[in-house]
Amino acid sequence: MENGETRNKVWAFIITGALILISFMYYKTNVFYMYLVAYIWFGFAYGMMLQYGRFCFASASRDLFAAGVPRMAVGILVALMFFSLIQATLASTNMSTFHPAPFGIHTLIAGLIFGVGMVLSGGCASGSLYKIGEGNMTSFLAAFFGLCLGQAIFVDVTWFNFLIPQKWIVSAAAKGLPAANMTSSFDTYLAGYIWDQPTVRMSDVAAIKTALPGASKYFIGDALLTALIPAVILLVVIYIFYIRKGFLKKRAKQTGNATPGFSDDIAGIWNMITASQRTTLMGVLIGIVAGLHILVMKGMQIKFGVDNFGRLLTKMGHTNDVSIRGTVFDPGYWYITSQEGQFGAWILEKFGWNMHDNIFFGVNNGLPEPWRNPALWMSFGIIFGAMVMARLNNEYKFKLPKGELIAWGLIGGILMGVGSRPALGCNIGAFFIRVAGGDPSGWLYGTGMVGGAFIGVKFFNWWSERKMAKEMESF
Amino acid sequence: MAMKFEKTGEGTYVLDVCGYVCPHPQIYCKKSLEKMKEGDVVEVILDNPSSVETIMQMCDQVGHDVSDKKTEGGKIHMKIKKG
Repeated sequence: MENGETRNKVWAFIITGALILISFMYYKTNVFYMYLVAYIWFGFAYGMMLQYGRFCFASASRDLFAAGVPRMAVGILVALMFFSLIQATLASTNMSTFHPAPFGIHTLIAGLIFGVGMVLSGGCASGSLYKIGEGNMTSFLAAFFGLCLGQAIFVDVTWFNFLIPQKWIVSAAAKGLPAANMTSSFDTYLAGYIWDQPTVRMSDVAAIKTALPGASKYFIGDALLTALIPAVILLVVIYIFYIRKGFLKKRAKQTGNATPGFSDDIAGIWNMITASQRTTLMGVLIGIVAGLHILVMKGMQIKFGVDNFGRLLTKMGHTNDVSIRGTVFDPGYWYITSQEGQFGAWILEKFGWNMHDNIFFGVNNGLPEPWRNPALWMSFGIIFGAMVMARLNNEYKFKLPKGELIAWGLIGGILMGVGSRPALGCNIGAFFIRVAGGDPSGWLYGTGMVGGAFIGVKFFNWWSERKMAKEMESF
Repeated sequence: MAMKFEKTGEGTYVLDVCGYVCPHPQIYCKKSLEKMKEGDVVEVILDNPSSVETIMQMCDQVGHDVSDKKTEGGKIHMKIKKG
């Protein structure tokens, strides 16, 4: 074994050992922290799987448009199908922490902004974290300046007041929140618009509830209608537009049959699904683990008799960590961006910026110290899990961003930070989790994301074409 | 850091995209292949593992032949013959 390989393995053991030690220290401090420890290790598992499968939502649409490669889009759809079935199982046993989000055109717009950002920065919200674990510092720029600081600043400034209609201001005022927590443009948007929007979950739709009594409404309404059928349709569309022609040509050469039939197309779809085994395998695993995560967090809530980790922080005397409602950000499932906004806000408060004077932190999510922030530990877990996997496969490489990548990382990161707020989530929270949970607004966000990715790819195509032309001048 | 696309001989090219992260290596690789003739060979040098999977599948779908894929000092070298 070469020196580099040995060093990588040692690092993998050191990181894993340190996390085990940290978990043990939390347990010894107070058993309530086991709630937070669960987030650490699910984050760690996500990180390992994301890195191994190169699982990035940005590459799903980007590689499809830029290189005609459907590997990641297929992986995500496979993950979605498995996750939706587990979500339905959990919902039918009353063990789900899922809740649908307000439905409206804002979801599409937010997805569009996020989609452009993820292509420019080179990774989605979860992809950026696993890439930090690989040593990619362009992703660090995007995550730190965009998802952490950019997001925190976005929810606390009044820069967008000129966009706020009078009826939002009236509606927000009628909510009766303390004036001290209603200072930013985003506050008025949340209280005056978002909270007035309806939420849709297929299993809650009256017609479905009536037609499908019992648990079947979760399996048919949430899983089959919202996730499985659209995912299968998308797989077929991707096959027809990107794979079919090339596959059938190859198959005709092999079999000598020039007139393909239905069985050839089925073989083509299966070939597309299994073309990148590591991505598809990780898609299946991510779907299952994301479901298990929900089950474990619900189990923790039942065990400790709480609905939010903020209640446990309050019991432990950390009242400054929680919002005026006594809560902290505690999604109960895989989520990425809000906790990074909390981290950014925590840093900005150290520089004298009051981040408690808004709804996002002051009323809803609280601002816990980073070491007591459960969801933030999940993000750290993703970074460390990816780092361990990259080290074990000798793929870790510390790369500082240079030249144009600094600009793309910063611009893309800020667009992702901004794009993850109006719809209250990113590629994971606003798309993946919602669709699998039976909330059609997830598809609206996904459509926006794909549209944004298309714009981002068009821009990069133009940019790289210019650079290629310059390089070829000397040929 | 700068992308380099050089002609090293008749029908042979080198594309060096070290330092670049997704999606740049795959976009430059696709664009290089578009500029080449059938049978030409390009040696792609990159250090972003995520891009390799995409490039491999892109070549497989289009019919380009990937040979000599090796990792040296954290850099991945792959030779692609345009099909």
